[in-house]
Amino acid sequence: MDLIESYKEELQLVRKPWSRMWVAALLLFLLIMPWITQEYIVYIATIIFIYSIGSLGQNLLIGYTGQISFGQAAFLAIGAFTFGHCSRFGIPWPIGLIAAGLAAGIFGLIVGIPSLRLKGPYLAIATLGFGIAVYQIFANSDTLSGGRMGLIINKIDPVFGLDRSIFNYYFNLIIAILFTLLTYNIISSYMGRAFIAIRDNDIAAEVIGVNLMRYKLLSFAISSFYTGIQGGLYGLLMGYLEPNMFTFMEAVTLFVAVIIGGLASAAGSIMGAAFVVLVPQFFSGFKEMVPVVYGTAILLILIFEPLGLNGIWLKIRLYFRNWPFR
Amino acid sequence: MSEIFQYIMSGLAVGSLYALVALGIALIYRSTRILNFAHGDITTAGTFFALTLMGFKLGYALSYFLAIIFGSVIAMAFYFAVLVPAQRRESTNLGQIILTLGFGLILQGLISYFGGTEPQSFPFPLSDSKTFNLGAVVVSELSLGTFAVGIIASLLFYLLVQKTRLGLAMRAVSENLQAAQTMSIPTRKILAFSWGLAALLGVIAGLFLAPALLLDPFFMLEPFLKGFAAAILGGLNSLPGAIVGGLILGVAESLAGGLVSIAFKNTLAFLIIILVLIFRPEGLLGKEFIERV
Repeated sequence: MDLIESYKEELQLVRKPWSRMWVAALLLFLLIMPWITQEYIVYIATIIFIYSIGSLGQNLLIGYTGQISFGQAAFLAIGAFTFGHCSRFGIPWPIGLIAAGLAAGIFGLIVGIPSLRLKGPYLAIATLGFGIAVYQIFANSDTLSGGRMGLIINKIDPVFGLDRSIFNYYFNLIIAILFTLLTYNIISSYMGRAFIAIRDNDIAAEVIGVNLMRYKLLSFAISSFYTGIQGGLYGLLMGYLEPNMFTFMEAVTLFVAVIIGGLASAAGSIMGAAFVVLVPQFFSGFKEMVPVVYGTAILLILIFEPLGLNGIWLKIRLYFRNWPFR
Repeated sequence: MSEIFQYIMSGLAVGSLYALVALGIALIYRSTRILNFAHGDITTAGTFFALTLMGFKLGYALSYFLAIIFGSVIAMAFYFAVLVPAQRRESTNLGQIILTLGFGLILQGLISYFGGTEPQSFPFPLSDSKTFNLGAVVVSELSLGTFAVGIIASLLFYLLVQKTRLGLAMRAVSENLQAAQTMSIPTRKILAFSWGLAALLGVIAGLFLAPALLLDPFFMLEPFLKGFAAAILGGLNSLPGAIVGGLILGVAESLAGGLVSIAFKNTLAFLIIILVLIFRPEGLLGKEFIERV
């Protein structure tokens, strides 16, 4: 939406002085938030951070590369259970977390292979089939899923004498910020431009020298890496894992987060993650109504505001920037 | 040996229902290039409507008839109220698929709210405990009825599409929308009719699946996904393919469940999807889509 005059400006994360002000204010608020709010709100915020990692990854795949995937629950499960088994064998958590991401990434690579031949709806079904097959394998195999009791994960002990919930908050906040920065770096590099070229027209992209195979597979691998990390962090926060946490509904939730937040926008994915976490909280009395809210939001957004929450946000900013004029 | 025939027979009964679901999916895909993710939820809504009507002591035939009409009306309402405005705003194909997903979520929530999430048994005139002996094979009344209905519905559907003027118009619309419009075919009405017809086939399948499974808001998820698998196996744009795919999937699943492992039974459909899509994306009977640069 901005007029960019130089490559240096393109590489900047935040361009306008006013935007710098509110980004700084937001970061400051996130830093002091656990000390001024209730524990419950801190917990919700922690879950939003975890979800935003997954929806950032999903947005790289759907929004930037234009490859649809309904199989994210499978990557979540693979990441979470890899992390769980690593933790059971006493492997320290940083290695376990990376292993979770890598395991999901490798499976993402495998699922990406059909994407070289399939498009749009066909790819949606292939990934959907993968998601459900993985769920059923986990649900039917006691060695993988830890049996009826689920898999217990050792939590990390808080450092600096922090409260456990506050420690979890900062831990996940830092990882979420790292992944947000990583996403901005990816989309402003050659790789991000290659993804966008593939989305807009893959044949044209190949003609101007984008290696289709490499970048489609990379997109799948990166997005499942993010989702695997989300799974690992989620398991770490919950302290236990069972296959029922990773049903088809979970994949739909991530998908809804990306669509509602806004396709091809990192800020939008975080807003979308906040949406899908907050809606069930607001409707905790009417659990049945949560899918209705998701569905209605999808219909309204796709028909009236295809850019999602991020589009609304951009319009508000534009309005105030040009204020007396329209 | 007779065991194998037994598995094949029960597989055919389930497969004919998968075929009905697959027909609905393929019909919509063929005419609009939309994968209808709300298909299962429309079916569930129709089945729940039948249950509610039977609560009012309306009798089997009338409540089933009204349920089928109800399902078709929902699907047509979705087409006119959501898809047509979306198409006017030039939404992409993927966007329209996501719209069906959203509509499915809405239906799912409403069904859970009004119908309750507890599994309920579904009253049905055919019982699955009364059995007949066909040679060495034992067939229950329900699966025999299921198989018969599946075949009759597919046959009637075939006659409608191939032998009537309406069917000709439907084929024309799915072949080339613009050309059909210039030939003064009312394409919007035809497409709405296709949506209604697809939902009708789905609700019939749902009515026969509900007594075998228990009725809850998610009972169609698995049959719906298998219908998807069947449609892909046969070729998404081919109607005979959907029937063949459904029957093959039903038999394969039943054999895999009986001879290999019962845990493997449900995973098979998804393995089939992935394998078919990798090696022969156009399916058994479908024609390959060729995209021109």
